[in-house]
Amino acid sequence: MASAKQTKSGTVMVVGGGVAGVQAALDLTELGYYVYLVEKSPAIGGAMAQLDKTFPTNDCSL
Amino acid sequence: MSLSGKPGAFKAELNLRPRYIDPDRCTACGLCTTYCPKHLVDTYNEGLSVTRPIHIDYPQAVPATYYIDPATCLSLLHDTCQICVPVCRSNAIDFTQKSKKRTLEVGAVILSPGFGRVPDEALTQYNYGNHPDIVTSIEFERLLNPSGPFEGEVRCLSDRRHPRKIAFIQCVGSRDLGCDNGYCSSVCCMYAIKEAMVAKEHDPDCEITIYYMDMRTQGKDFDAARVRAEEHYGIKFVRAKVADVMPWGKNLKLTYSTLSGEHHFEAYDMVVLSVGLDAPASAKQLAEITGIELNKYDFCKTTTFDPLASSQKGIFVAGAFQGPKDIPESVTQSSAAAGIASSLIKAQRGKGVVVKSYPVEKEMAADEEPRIGVFVCHCGINIGGVVDVPRVDKYIEGMEGVVFHAESLYSCSQDAQEVIKNKIKEHNLNRVVIAACSPRTHEPLFQETLKDAGLNRSLFEMVNIRDQCSWVHANEPAEATRKSMDLIRMGIAKARHIQPLQEQTVPVTRKALVIGGGVAGMIAALNLAEQGYHASLVEKTDSLGGHLKNQRYTLNGDKTADYLKKIVDQVTKHKLIDVSLSSSIVAVNGFVGNFSSVIQSTGKGKSAVEQTIDHGIIVVATGGQDHAPETVLGQALPKSPLIITQTDLEIRLDGKTKNRAPKAVVMIQCAGSRGDDLAYCSKTCCTQAVKNALKIKEIDPESQVIVLYRDLRTYGYAEDSYREAREKGVIFIPYSMDDKPVFKATAKKVEISFNDPILQEKVTMEPELMVLSVGIVPQDTEELSKILKIPVNADRFYLEAHVKLRPVEMPVAGVFLCGLAHSPKPLEEIIVQAQAAAAKAAIPLVRGEVNVEPIVSHVDQETCIGCSLCTSLCPYQAIQMVKVDNKRKAETIMASCKACGICAAHCPTFAISMGGFTNEQITSQIEAFGQAGEE
Ligand SMILES: Cc1cc2nc3c(=O)[nH]c(=O)nc-3n(C[C@H](O)[C@H](O)[C@H](O)COP(=O)(O)OP(=O)(O)OC[C@H]3O[C@@H](n4cnc5c(N)ncnc54)[C@H](O)[C@@H]3O)c2cc1C
Ligand code: SF4
Ligand code: SF4
Repeated sequence: MASAKQTKSGTVMVVGGGVAGVQAALDLTELGYYVYLVEKSPAIGGAMAQLDKTFPTNDCSL
Repeated sequence: MSLSGKPGAFKAELNLRPRYIDPDRCTACGLCTTYCPKHLVDTYNEGLSVTRPIHIDYPQAVPATYYIDPATCLSLLHDTCQICVPVCRSNAIDFTQKSKKRTLEVGAVILSPGFGRVPDEALTQYNYGNHPDIVTSIEFERLLNPSGPFEGEVRCLSDRRHPRKIAFIQCVGSRDLGCDNGYCSSVCCMYAIKEAMVAKEHDPDCEITIYYMDMRTQGKDFDAARVRAEEHYGIKFVRAKVADVMPWGKNLKLTYSTLSGEHHFEAYDMVVLSVGLDAPASAKQLAEITGIELNKYDFCKTTTFDPLASSQKGIFVAGAFQGPKDIPESVTQSSAAAGIASSLIKAQRGKGVVVKSYPVEKEMAADEEPRIGVFVCHCGINIGGVVDVPRVDKYIEGMEGVVFHAESLYSCSQDAQEVIKNKIKEHNLNRVVIAACSPRTHEPLFQETLKDAGLNRSLFEMVNIRDQCSWVHANEPAEATRKSMDLIRMGIAKARHIQPLQEQTVPVTRKALVIGGGVAGMIAALNLAEQGYHASLVEKTDSLGGHLKNQRYTLNGDKTADYLKKIVDQVTKHKLIDVSLSSSIVAVNGFVGNFSSVIQSTGKGKSAVEQTIDHGIIVVATGGQDHAPETVLGQALPKSPLIITQTDLEIRLDGKTKNRAPKAVVMIQCAGSRGDDLAYCSKTCCTQAVKNALKIKEIDPESQVIVLYRDLRTYGYAEDSYREAREKGVIFIPYSMDDKPVFKATAKKVEISFNDPILQEKVTMEPELMVLSVGIVPQDTEELSKILKIPVNADRFYLEAHVKLRPVEMPVAGVFLCGLAHSPKPLEEIIVQAQAAAAKAAIPLVRGEVNVEPIVSHVDQETCIGCSLCTSLCPYQAIQMVKVDNKRKAETIMASCKACGICAAHCPTFAISMGGFTNEQITSQIEAFGQAGEE
């Protein structure tokens, strides 16, 4: 499908909005790119949002 | 979803499912949920409670918008009900929403779909599902949580009693070929300890036992938590295999077998299964869509040397989908992946970003009369349900400086912003006070509105009448109302003294200094160069490579020398990288964006030369080296050629000599680590031992290899190699600290005796070699920590800014950290960490300037007496002493100041004030507190 006219796009798609996805999206915007964060569930946060406190610092995970 | 195209120009087709609620209108008041008649099992609470089809998972969810579950909603299923529609005061509910297709053009893709659930077989073997008090660790997390089913109280699901005895079973669905999960999930030992400690804090009388095979707490400072769990919290650790869990009257009977093969049983009120992390449910589907390869466990396939690259160019992976891992490592991988994606499409940097413009700020004379506008928010029923908002609003009438005041139903809604902007213009307001929720979440939004209306964003004061009034005094509405009046009166008093503060920026020198030429430093320099920035790489010795030079092969058999040669070549050839060998940093001045450092180089036979360079950021990658323990297992280490380290063994095995594989060898793990000579676990030596043991067996299958260990920490996929080693006849025997192996050695003979817990007898051996896993120590951290003013921990490794959320940043702005200088870790993790440090370090370089919050401290040099108390107290090195007319005066380094206010509070002459919190403002606030006026 690659056609000669294609230009490189300055945007990045991040699939999955857990801690990993959210952090990647934040860093990319700070590095100067537009980001599409795609998450299948209605809210971002992934597994971490279900956790109570998290090691190693044992502070609240929200 | 579908994906086509090539790196730099992908095309993704997405299917956006409807929420049936307009997110711009929904204010998350929650009224709809209370009216919805249908029940729904709450999956967020792991099915331990019920919710309704129209709901939000948890109050802090982002987006903070409710949604309707189409699988259970009566309207969407049967076209009935719709009770919620008229209930919603902001008309946000919209049943006509349809799925939408959307096409995105993207330059790169990062996959972070996380992890999935372990197979049912892994759970049912412990009777999960047949008794309500057998729960998974995720369910137990929900039980511990205040937003969980019993509001944070741990209760048995069977009869709601408080459990007196709880057992944790480790490795459920991990290290278990029965359910095709041969790997170790790496996080469950640590989270089990965490959950056990939190449960103990809730109920100190509860007895907790953790049944495990190896306690894998190999992360930075994790072992300390394990020791605390045992010694401080009294949590019991039992090394045993659990055979089964059976209902037993009101209780559960847990049967386990110890190493010696004895069976025991014990009764518990609750049993928690420490479930592992499986591949995400959508792994196969994602692989099909994107064409990436999966490994045999269905996680994304990657290599040791390029850990975040999938098999498809331009598609990267981060987080648990790359392999089971904890939050700090997931966060590190994400930054790293962002950095790599960034170098791929750097030519397009900034092209897709929308820049917002604001009207010119109105000039304001210093003596301009205050014209204050006050908005009091109901926050739906959140504030309005307790605080009498109309009365509070009336109370404001006639206060000094107030020219406008009004109530607002939701002052954070989109239309309310328009109202605020219009009122600012209409009444020519020059200060705005909003009495609503928390400034932590909403201050930026309102300040944005002020900027849109042409006001300086500092001309704003927020009063929190939600957390401070309606929440904490939910049952005392009259008092809550009175307190709201007090707080607003104080806010207005302060607002009268607010002055506009100018936004300031400091320019950044777009160059990097990388200290340390090991693999971490080289990868960081390469990544920065790939992103387009010049890097100076300073190495103490006369060659690049560091610790990796001593390694020979990876667990998968790849030659490290080939890899090392490749990156050394790339570094030396890169136009944007300057390498200084035999060099060290002798001084660093300046602050983020504007550092200037002195590098001292000693050429062969020449005298030292000094060179000063300017740079915007610093990456510290000074690495580590093998520890040389003086005592091992509490015994002085005899000098003998028969006692060598794992590294020595690796070099020997990689040689050519015929009898390089010893006929009989005993390896001792944690020799000098974990409380022996060093306090911590070095994370890498267990895997190295397994790697070398397998190599010996490969060269000579007849060779006898015995590994004496405490916990064998082959976490992640290395577990496969541990299993393979056992299958190939390597014998692993655990020892405990109460019964340590004893050794004697001369130049010709080494003798070791240890207890064999399976045979239950003392064994004495005379192997050809005794090999020690000595652990890793940091290098030169004391010296550099003084020059850079960065902290080290008790083990002399550098201390990051926040272990979980800012794992590669240092507390001093502009200084980043990676590699062994942070903590011991294997090559793959070092590479990722270096990539992450480079990505984070690139942020100020990309921006070209650092923003200074206008609330930083300011020293009035007239009043300053030069005592330098502030300099010594500032935790961020943000105040320096300068000479002004030959007198010592303090001066804020604005770019480093975090506005904590410690300096201002301690200055003996009140010479320091904080922007937005001046002494005048705070005193007027306090005075207003004492002047409760007439209503
Ligand atoms: C019981 C338990 C306790 C734990 N406690 C701790 C702890 O205390 N400290 C710690 O550091 N770690 C802990 N962990 C580990 C921690 O949860 C993980 O390290 C972390 O959540 C991984 O983040 P992630 O973003 O990679 O994955 P996830 O959090 O799983 O996020 C992935 C996201 O991607 C979405 N997604 C999946 N597939 C797709 C797709 N095809 N399209 C779009 N979106 C998709 C998912 O809905 C999800 O939101 C614990 C784990 C468990 C099971
Ligand atoms: S050994 Fe590994 S799989 Fe087993 S509980 Fe510990 S971290 Fe999880
Ligand atoms: S041998 Fe090393 S990696 Fe294994 S437990 Fe001991 S210190 Fe940790």
